[in-house]
Amino acid sequence: MDNLPHKREMPPAPPITRRQAMLQLLRVGSVAAGAAGLGVWLSERSARPVPVAAGQARRDHRIASDDQLPQMTVVQNGEPAALARQALENLGGIRRFIARNDVVVLKPNIAWDRTPEQAANTNPELVAEVVRQCWQAGAKRVIVTDVSCNEPRRCFLRSGIQAAARAQGAEVLLPDPGNFREVEIGGVVLKTWPVFTPFLEADKVFNLPIAKHHSLTGCTLGMKNWYGILGSDRNRLHQQIHQSLADLASFMLPTLTLIDCYRVLQRNGPTGGNIEDVVLKKTLVAGTDPVALDAYVAKAYWDLDAAQMPYLQMASARGLGMVNFESLTVKVSDLA
Amino acid sequence: MAGPRWTQLRRLSQGFFLLLFLALLVLTALRPLPGSASDIHLRGPVRLFFEWDPLVALSNALATHALYRGLLWSLLILIPTLFLGRFFCGWICPLGTLQQFLGSRPSQAKRGKQRIESNRYKHWQTIKYVVLLVGLVAAFFHSMLLGWLDPFSLLVRSVGLSILPAANSAVRAALAPLEHSNSALLARSGAILHDILQFLFLDFRQPHYAQSFFFGLIFLLLLAASLRVTRFWCRAVCPLGALLGVLSRWSILGLKKDLAHCNNCNRCELHCQGGDDPIGSARWRKSECMLCLNCVDACPEHSLSFRFFPGADRSTQVAGPDLGRRQALTGLAAGVAAVPLLRADTGQGKSRDPRLIRPPGALEESGFLARCIRCGECIKVCPNNALHPALSEAGLEGLWTPTLVPRIGYCEPSCVLCSEACPTGAIWQITPAEKGWVAGTAARQDSLRIGTAFYDQGRCLPWAMATQCIVCEEWCPVSPKAIYLHEAQVIDAAGNAKTVRQPRVDPSRCVGCGACEYACPLQDRPAVYVTNIGESRSPASQLLLNRT
Repeated sequence: MDNLPHKREMPPAPPITRRQAMLQLLRVGSVAAGAAGLGVWLSERSARPVPVAAGQARRDHRIASDDQLPQMTVVQNGEPAALARQALENLGGIRRFIARNDVVVLKPNIAWDRTPEQAANTNPELVAEVVRQCWQAGAKRVIVTDVSCNEPRRCFLRSGIQAAARAQGAEVLLPDPGNFREVEIGGVVLKTWPVFTPFLEADKVFNLPIAKHHSLTGCTLGMKNWYGILGSDRNRLHQQIHQSLADLASFMLPTLTLIDCYRVLQRNGPTGGNIEDVVLKKTLVAGTDPVALDAYVAKAYWDLDAAQMPYLQMASARGLGMVNFESLTVKVSDLA
Repeated sequence: MAGPRWTQLRRLSQGFFLLLFLALLVLTALRPLPGSASDIHLRGPVRLFFEWDPLVALSNALATHALYRGLLWSLLILIPTLFLGRFFCGWICPLGTLQQFLGSRPSQAKRGKQRIESNRYKHWQTIKYVVLLVGLVAAFFHSMLLGWLDPFSLLVRSVGLSILPAANSAVRAALAPLEHSNSALLARSGAILHDILQFLFLDFRQPHYAQSFFFGLIFLLLLAASLRVTRFWCRAVCPLGALLGVLSRWSILGLKKDLAHCNNCNRCELHCQGGDDPIGSARWRKSECMLCLNCVDACPEHSLSFRFFPGADRSTQVAGPDLGRRQALTGLAAGVAAVPLLRADTGQGKSRDPRLIRPPGALEESGFLARCIRCGECIKVCPNNALHPALSEAGLEGLWTPTLVPRIGYCEPSCVLCSEACPTGAIWQITPAEKGWVAGTAARQDSLRIGTAFYDQGRCLPWAMATQCIVCEEWCPVSPKAIYLHEAQVIDAAGNAKTVRQPRVDPSRCVGCGACEYACPLQDRPAVYVTNIGESRSPASQLLLNRT
């Protein structure tokens, strides 16, 4: 209580010395000069805000072609892991695609809160087998990720992919909204778009889509899987779905594509849900030509010709692959 | 007495239960165990504090003539209170702990004499009994208004829907420069720190809740009040404290005052939490005492002690609440009037807000309001941030009850976490199979529905702007899809004929999950939106005569 001002007797203020006066002027003066300097500097800095320049980042993960080996393989009548083993063997073995100390990103479809039986996401055993093979080839990191549509935690869990990939020692990354980078897609309709960073930092990228029905394109296969590397409001892409698919395909060029046709969702895609819409095909289609793979699967399961799939024509015209898959060397294996 | 003092044990207990409360609140979220691939369930007894809460149990029983799953556990608190008194308030309640902690900080405004004066019994402490009466009478008339003031509802609403999200946002903002640093070391340590905090309490993604700011503000004001007036909330408002106070009327544990040694030094009053006058010169207010035992510790003459059958009489203690007949009548009358008054408002019956979309499993509206204690557990647990506390959507009576906002988040087809979190059965516990949105077999006719989707054809791209889209159809989770497409010839701005696929809703298949509205590219006002007509809980709110 005794330090309250009204209780204290105010002593007469002593006169200040010249030295004190100078010091005080110096203090006030330096604050004033500092404020003026800071103000001028800040006003010089003022500029109309412009968006941050996006990094140019075409991602070409392709490997050199080899005339001795098939560009495409179709493996039938096996379990997912066996299908993957055979497919990789047919294409020249995993070591052809992965070098020692590569950072490998696997992009299965983990878009929906569905179980493997509902066939809306890539088969977990297929993903696990590819992870295992990547380790065998000496990869430094094997990352499994996707930018889900439904709640990611549920998608990763219920698809079984999180558990299967982790069991093989892969890093399973859930999409983190803070981990996207705005990049130049350089397409006709896709100019700049945020891309999930792991896809921009990989040495090799494997595309592991699942073949499903889709109302706009007839079916959704390998190229449509690249929607899942994008952030932001990708729901606008459907307005020009063919052009945007071709744009994405020329931005993200995978090392290898393996289209999961073990269970094929033939109606009510791409979400499905009803196992009566799912047909057991026990097939894997893999290869280095993403255009040919999509064209083959569309023809094989939905009887769609390339003429009905404009995005394949566009991608082919851009030199991303061959629509005419019959002209490729295809190796067919039957495990039955 | 050898060993630790009782007040030290009390502090330990308070700390433990505060941490337990926070841990359970953090677990009230989708935090799946790695490896569990099938159905996803809540981990941990997240409803524990509500199940312990005799106020929730009593009002649930009054309103529904039954006790919902788990509420029987409240006997664990209720029966000991009959014998011991309000030990719950002093030893367990996390809201009490927070107030006691803050209230015992040294304060410029409240010290010495002022604090003693402020800690003496005040007549305004009877307000809480009136609050309790009003609430119980309202519960008897099937309205759970008590939820606005139940201490755990208040805590979950405040901490879960406001303080935690704010902390989440602040921590992320602080981590961001570290994580995006150019130095690899800093970035790595930022990532590790993020992982640790994520494991401890950070949300998977930043949640946002309607009215969040006000929940935080109310909570902080309450805590600030406890800086001025010791345990202001507990003494003045808390209906649970009031109930326990009433129950402790005949308790056998009580304060024994050795009047011969008391010299009225006021030290007991200085530390008293409940405003119950342990001092020798006043009568002890048994129903106000929270058994914090500060007075026993503080007495320099050792003249205070808690004993079984202390042999107190009317001259030394007041056993029951100091509630006069008039106040009791006022409380009863207010409770009787409250429900009809609220229901005379338009919100309920005649003009229900079309955007009041209740979570799946919610009971029919009158049954829902008879149970929902506005605790916000369902809102907190929703992994899509889809549920929000209603402001006016459910009428005044439904303030802070949950409503689904599809634009922010849709109802995840196989998720039933809100129904697992609900402590009172307002959202009755259901399984994913009962929800029936992803049966895995043919679509079910008896699946739950929470509303129906409609198109705004003036805004929909294929309908109004000759542009292809169908994202809504792509997202529709039921099978066969409730959104079907029809090819139409349209003319674009240049006069060219074009074929687009125009979406339509089949109301017999739509479950109202809101995925279409969520995914619609028209972000500001979606071209497809859900209203609550057709929700399976309301027989009176259907649009189809027959569902095929």
